[in-house]
Amino acid sequence: MSDVIRLDVMKTYKLFVGGKFPRSESGRVYEVSDSKGQWLANAPLGTRKDTRDAVLAARAAVKGWAGTTAYNRGQVLYRIAEMLQGRREQFAAEVAAAEGIGAKKAATLVDQAIDRWVWYAGWTDKVAQIAGGANPVAGPYFNLSVPEPTGVVGIVAPQAGYGHSFLGLVSVIAPVIATGNTAVVAVAADAPLPALSLGEVLATSDLPGGVVNLLSGRTADIAPTLASHQDVNALDLAGAIAHEGPGAATVLEASAADTLKRVLWPAVDPAAQDWTVAPGTERLLSFVETKTVWHPMGQ
Amino acid sequence: MAKNKKTETTTVTEPVRTSGLFAYAPAPESPAAAGDIAGSYGHFIGGEFVDSSGSEALKTVNPATEQVLAEFAQGTDEDVDRAVKAARKAFGDWSALPGSERGKYLYRIARIIQERSRELAVLESIDNGKPIRETRDFDLPTVAAHFFYYAGWADKLDYAGFGRNPQPLGVAAQVIPWNFPLMMLAWKIAPALATGNTVVLKPAETTPLTALRFAEICQQAGLPKGVVNIVTGDGRTGAALTSHPEVNKVAFTGSTNVGRSIARQLAGSRKKLSLELGGKAANIVFDDAPIDQAVEGIVNGIFFNQGHVCCAGSRLLVQESVHDEVLDALKRRMATLRVGDPLDKNTDIGAVNSAAQLARITELTDAGEAEGAERWSPSCELPSAGYWFAPTLFTGVTQANLVAREEIFGPVLSVLTFRTPTEAVEKANNTPYGLSAGIWTEKGSRILWMANQLKAGVVWANTFNKFDPTSPFGGYKESGYGREGGRHGLEAYLDV
Repeated sequence: MSDVIRLDVMKTYKLFVGGKFPRSESGRVYEVSDSKGQWLANAPLGTRKDTRDAVLAARAAVKGWAGTTAYNRGQVLYRIAEMLQGRREQFAAEVAAAEGIGAKKAATLVDQAIDRWVWYAGWTDKVAQIAGGANPVAGPYFNLSVPEPTGVVGIVAPQAGYGHSFLGLVSVIAPVIATGNTAVVAVAADAPLPALSLGEVLATSDLPGGVVNLLSGRTADIAPTLASHQDVNALDLAGAIAHEGPGAATVLEASAADTLKRVLWPAVDPAAQDWTVAPGTERLLSFVETKTVWHPMGQ
Repeated sequence: MAKNKKTETTTVTEPVRTSGLFAYAPAPESPAAAGDIAGSYGHFIGGEFVDSSGSEALKTVNPATEQVLAEFAQGTDEDVDRAVKAARKAFGDWSALPGSERGKYLYRIARIIQERSRELAVLESIDNGKPIRETRDFDLPTVAAHFFYYAGWADKLDYAGFGRNPQPLGVAAQVIPWNFPLMMLAWKIAPALATGNTVVLKPAETTPLTALRFAEICQQAGLPKGVVNIVTGDGRTGAALTSHPEVNKVAFTGSTNVGRSIARQLAGSRKKLSLELGGKAANIVFDDAPIDQAVEGIVNGIFFNQGHVCCAGSRLLVQESVHDEVLDALKRRMATLRVGDPLDKNTDIGAVNSAAQLARITELTDAGEAEGAERWSPSCELPSAGYWFAPTLFTGVTQANLVAREEIFGPVLSVLTFRTPTEAVEKANNTPYGLSAGIWTEKGSRILWMANQLKAGVVWANTFNKFDPTSPFGGYKESGYGREGGRHGLEAYLDV
C-alpha cells in the first residue's frame, strides 16, 4: 500500500452576487484565520465597486421577489433549510473554526440556523395578517392596510456575539427576504467563511439571483457604501458597532439620513448578544412599509 | 357637528361673480367667533402660560389681509429646556396612571374640541388662510375624532399587537407644520398621550394660535400640569427641541430637507424618530374612468387647502386617449372655483399661508414656464391685500420638468400623459417621494394591480385626500417613515 498522502482539494471562496460567484473586482483577497490564528483560507476582498454591483443586482431582483406569492417565498425559504440540512457537517466545521467553539456546540448552532429558516419560511404568508388589516373608517369606504417590502436592505452582519458567524447571519438575512425585500450583506469580516458557503446553499435553493448578495471584505469599505447608496432603502446595522471610524453605527446612520433610509440599530452590546435566543417579530416588521388603500363603497 | 350649527346672519355686500357662471352672495363667517386673540402670547409650560426667557417676539398675520393677529414668543434654548423638564417631571405620574384614566382625559379633550369647534375653526381659518368650509367640515371634525380614537386605545395597549404591557418612551418632542395646524397637533399629541408619553410641541411660526388655544383646552380638561407643553418659535426653536438631550422621542412633519437634518442629528442617539415629509403624488386617470368624478377628484386632490398638502395629487397622469376630454372638463371645473375670503362659506380656495410660501410657489411656477411647460389659469380676480395664487395648470410637462419633480405645496397641477398601465406605474414611481397616489378607473382588477405596484403609503382609488383616525398615514422612500393613525400609529410612541 502506497504511503502517499492524498491532498485535500481546498475551496476557493468567492463572493455571491446576482446569483453568481464572482471574485472581487479588485482581484484581491485577505487571509482568514481561526481563533488560534491558524490560516483557514483566503477570502475575496470585496470593494466599494463590488458593493455597488451587488446593489444593482439586489435592485433588479426586487420586482420578481416582491412579486412572487408569499406561499412561494415560504417554499423557497423552506428549501434553504432543506439544503442546509444536507450540508450540516460542513457548516458545523466552518462555524467551529470561525468562532473557536467545540464541534458539538457548533453543530447545535447550525441546527438552530436551519430551524430559523423554517421559522421564517412559515412567516411569509402570515405577516400580512398580523401587520395589516381592515380599518373601520367613518364613511362609505373600503380601507385596507397591508405591509409591503421596503426594497433593498443593506445588512451589516453580526461580527460578535455567540453564534454570530452563521446563526447570527441567518437571523438577519431570513427576516429581510421573508417579506419580499432583497439584501446586500457585509458578512462578518473576520469570520466570512460560513457566510460565503451559505451563498452555495442559496444558489441551489430556487432563490432567484440577486435576492441575497454576500460580500466579504473590510466592513469600513462595504458598509459606508451601503449607507450612502441612493438605491438602498434600509439598513440593518446588527454588526456595525464593533468598529470605530467609518464602519461605526453612528456614522452609518448619519450617512443613511441623507436618503432617509430606515435603520435598525445594533444591540447596545453586540458582543453580549446571544443569537440562539428566539427572534420574535422585530426584524421581520422592521423592513416593511404599511400601504393603505381606500376605495368608495356604493351601488 | 359644527356643519349643522346655525350661524349668524351677515351683512350682504356686493355679490361676487366668478367667471360669469354663477353669482354668489357673500356668506361670511364672523371673525369674532374666533374668540379673543391676545396681543401677545408666551409659551404653555407646566400647565401655565409663561413668558419667554428671551425678548424676541414673532408676529403671526392673517394671510388673507396681512394684518397682524398677535405677537408670540420666539422660544429660546432655555424655554425649550424648561418645557422638556416640565414634561419630564410630569412623565412619571402620567405614565403610571391607569390607561383607563389617561383615556378619560383624552375623551374630555375630544369633547371640549367639539364644543369649541366653531371658535377653533374660525381661528384656524384666520391664522392659516384656509377656507372656513374646510376648517369647519374637515379639520375640526378630524381633530376631535383623532382624540376620540386614541382615547380608546389608552387602556387597550396590551391588545395592540406589541406584546404585553408596552411601555411609553418618555418625553416626546413634536414639531408640526402650518398646513393643518390643529390637525397635525392632534395627530401628534393624541397617540403620544394615549400611550403614556408627555409632550413638548412646537407649532409652526406662521400658525401658532390654535395650538395656544388648545393649551386652554388642556387646562379646561384638567390635564395634569406638564403633560402637554407648547413652545412657540421658528426653526431655531424646533432645532433646540429636536436636539434636546433629554427628549426620548422626536416626531416631525414638514419638509424632506429638515427631516433629513433631524435624522442626521439623531444618528447614534437611539431616539425613536418618526418623519412625515414631502410628496409629489401622481393622480392617475384611465380612459374608462367616470370623467366627472375623476375631475372632482383631481380638483380636490390639488386645490384642497390651497394645495398646501403633502399628499396632494400634484402630478396628473392622464391616459393619452382621454387627455383632451379630461383637460376640457378640468378647465371648466377650475373656472368655477371661488378664490377669496377664507371666512366666506362659499370660498373654495383661500389665501396662501405666507409671503414666503407665495414666493416659493411663484418661483417654481415661473421656472416651470421657463422650462417650456404651458401654463393656464382661469381668469379670477384676486384680492389686493393678502397672499393669493390662482389655481394653475401646467400641460406639456415632461418628467424632467421642475414642476413635475419638486414639491410646490401650492395650487399648481402638472399634467403628464401615459399610454399603458405599466407606463403609468413607472412615471408615478419616478420620484424620490412616496407618500400617496390616486387611481381613477372602473376596472377593479386594474385598481388592485395598480395599488400593488405604486410605491406610496396611501393609495386612493376613485377618491382622493381622504383621512381617518383609524387609517394609517405615512410615506415610502424620502416621504419619511413611521405611520400616524390607526393601530400602526401607536408604535411610534411605544418602546417596541
